[in-house]
Amino acid sequence: MSVLIYAESWNGKFKKTSFEAISYGVDLASKMDSEAIALTINAESVEELYKYGVAKVISVKNDSLKSFATNSFAGVVKEVADSISAHTIVMLASSNVNSFAPSLSIEWDASLATGVIAEPASFEPFTVNRKVFSNKAHADVVLSKENKVLVVAQNSFGVIENEVSGSSEEFNVSPSDGNVSVESTEMASGKVNLMDAEIVVSAGRGMKSGDNWAMIEEMADLLGAGTACSKPVSDIGWRSHEEHVGQTGKNIAPNLYFAIGISGAIQHVAGVNSSKVIVAINTDEEAPIFKAADYGIVGDAFKVVPELIEKIRTLKG
Amino acid sequence: MKVLVCIGHVPDTTSKINFANNDTEFDSNGIQYVINPHDEFTLARAMFLKEKQGASLTVVNVGPSTTETTLRKSLAIGADNAIRINAEPKDSLFVAQQIAKVAKDGAYDLVMAGKESIDYNGGMVPGLMASILGVPFVNAVVGVDVDGDKISVTREIDGGKETVSATLPVVIAGQKGLVKEEELRIPNMRGIMMARKKPLTVVEPDGDFTMTEFVKFEKPEVKSACKMVSADNVGELIDLLHNEAKAI
Ligand SMILES: Cc1cc2nc3c(=O)[nH]c(=O)nc-3n(C[C@H](O)[C@H](O)[C@H](O)COP(=O)(O)OP(=O)(O)OC[C@H]3O[C@@H](n4cnc5c(N)ncnc54)[C@H](O)[C@@H]3O)c2cc1C
Repeated sequence: MSVLIYAESWNGKFKKTSFEAISYGVDLASKMDSEAIALTINAESVEELYKYGVAKVISVKNDSLKSFATNSFAGVVKEVADSISAHTIVMLASSNVNSFAPSLSIEWDASLATGVIAEPASFEPFTVNRKVFSNKAHADVVLSKENKVLVVAQNSFGVIENEVSGSSEEFNVSPSDGNVSVESTEMASGKVNLMDAEIVVSAGRGMKSGDNWAMIEEMADLLGAGTACSKPVSDIGWRSHEEHVGQTGKNIAPNLYFAIGISGAIQHVAGVNSSKVIVAINTDEEAPIFKAADYGIVGDAFKVVPELIEKIRTLKG
Repeated sequence: MKVLVCIGHVPDTTSKINFANNDTEFDSNGIQYVINPHDEFTLARAMFLKEKQGASLTVVNVGPSTTETTLRKSLAIGADNAIRINAEPKDSLFVAQQIAKVAKDGAYDLVMAGKESIDYNGGMVPGLMASILGVPFVNAVVGVDVDGDKISVTREIDGGKETVSATLPVVIAGQKGLVKEEELRIPNMRGIMMARKKPLTVVEPDGDFTMTEFVKFEKPEVKSACKMVSADNVGELIDLLHNEAKAI
């Protein structure tokens, strides 16, 4: 019996989430007295995965899997899971994983849990903790079927280095034709992907106008951070929808989140309160964001942010 | 073109979340229910399919009779008819099975749902339905165009967007971006009057398949007090973030 861990790659390179998936899956397998086996699809090289404790990697290379369709990906992961008699599949949330996990659970006749934030609290019955009510609460969920698919929320378990010597084997698959055809892909260039960002600099209506974002971007650049915004900011069109975080936008969990000129409405906080450290900068000392924050400055963003930029520049030398 | 729009009945986003019965169930005391925010985008997009392309629009919900207010609101926004599947929505698989059956029996061309509900946040129902129906699925959709039996769908991917095409029937899960904010619909008086006369059919559930069970809820720990730094000394914040929090 084994735990199959899907290590996702993009253009041949592993996504950061795949290392967290391996970390989670390796630990889970050891607790379940099972073997941890990783699966990669069209990854250029697999050695990087050994660093996180997985000793066996199944490498699938197939041109028809270069474009994504839920049916072909679900089919291949199921085929590999069956070939190694897996009982649990571990994946990390991402746009593609979230898209094909439901299909995989149907095809493999498995119980599916998404938004998982911890290892199972018990194995009999198999119970995991997950986010609910847009992170205003957590729930213990029992997975009743023999087979289980766990989609773990990003940055909830962390990446654990634990180098082992490993080996990989190629596995031939015959995927079904994708039931959608990819016509075009458009990537935002030169920006840190918000979901992958360790640090996020986010700003709200307190910035007064979309033209005032240069300092937010400069601060983010210096920190290697992603940029985000509150809902009204993207509604008005000061920033694009992709940056909207909160209950109705993206749910993020970076190491460090700066909320600048953001009041901290309940819907906003729901989407960011899994961040490890939250910093609030706001003119209003009564702003609810200070209740969610670890560090705060009551002050004018237009004065504080440029000063922060100077201090960060000094720190980074 | 027959379009089926799944409508979630969820606590208003400002709701304070509490649990009852020894933290085993959601406490709905004093909770206002609304259309799931993501579903407002799909419904608004579906209205354009109706107005511009003559689609017929059915809204569907799995829930007890209390969810009918939300279905009526969707009718007031402009859906032609509503179906309520009379059952507690036990889990995502249960809901997906029930709606898939309605979708199949009604031979819908396009099934639209929101990418997740803001209560249980599973994000599973649309993908499960598609797989049960054996039709294509596209998640996190921010654009849709239908031309005959061909559909072109734009979805958000990590760090960008991707446009795919497929042949109907298809299931899509929509989100913000599908229509502009100002294109979201609010029921007007005429809509509300008309909604009263539109058909709302109640059907009984078929089968009882689940894969998960919620057994206990808890609220995250409350953060300790925020450490305040003077605006006259922002350098201290950088020091704290560097040396204490080790975050930069
Ligand atoms: C159904 C629904 C869903 C929602 N979902 C979301 C969601 O997902 N995400 C989200 O963000 N919101 C969401 N909202 C909106 C939410 O309720 C708030 O309205 C929103 O978060 C407020 O955005 P804001 O903090 O940028 O603006 P405001 O609330 O206007 O706050 C601006 C803040 O900036 C401060 N400020 C002003 N000038 C300065 C200055 N010079 N320097 C520093 N600070 C300054 C002010 O003191 C104030 O606290 C939702 C609302 C609804 C009804």
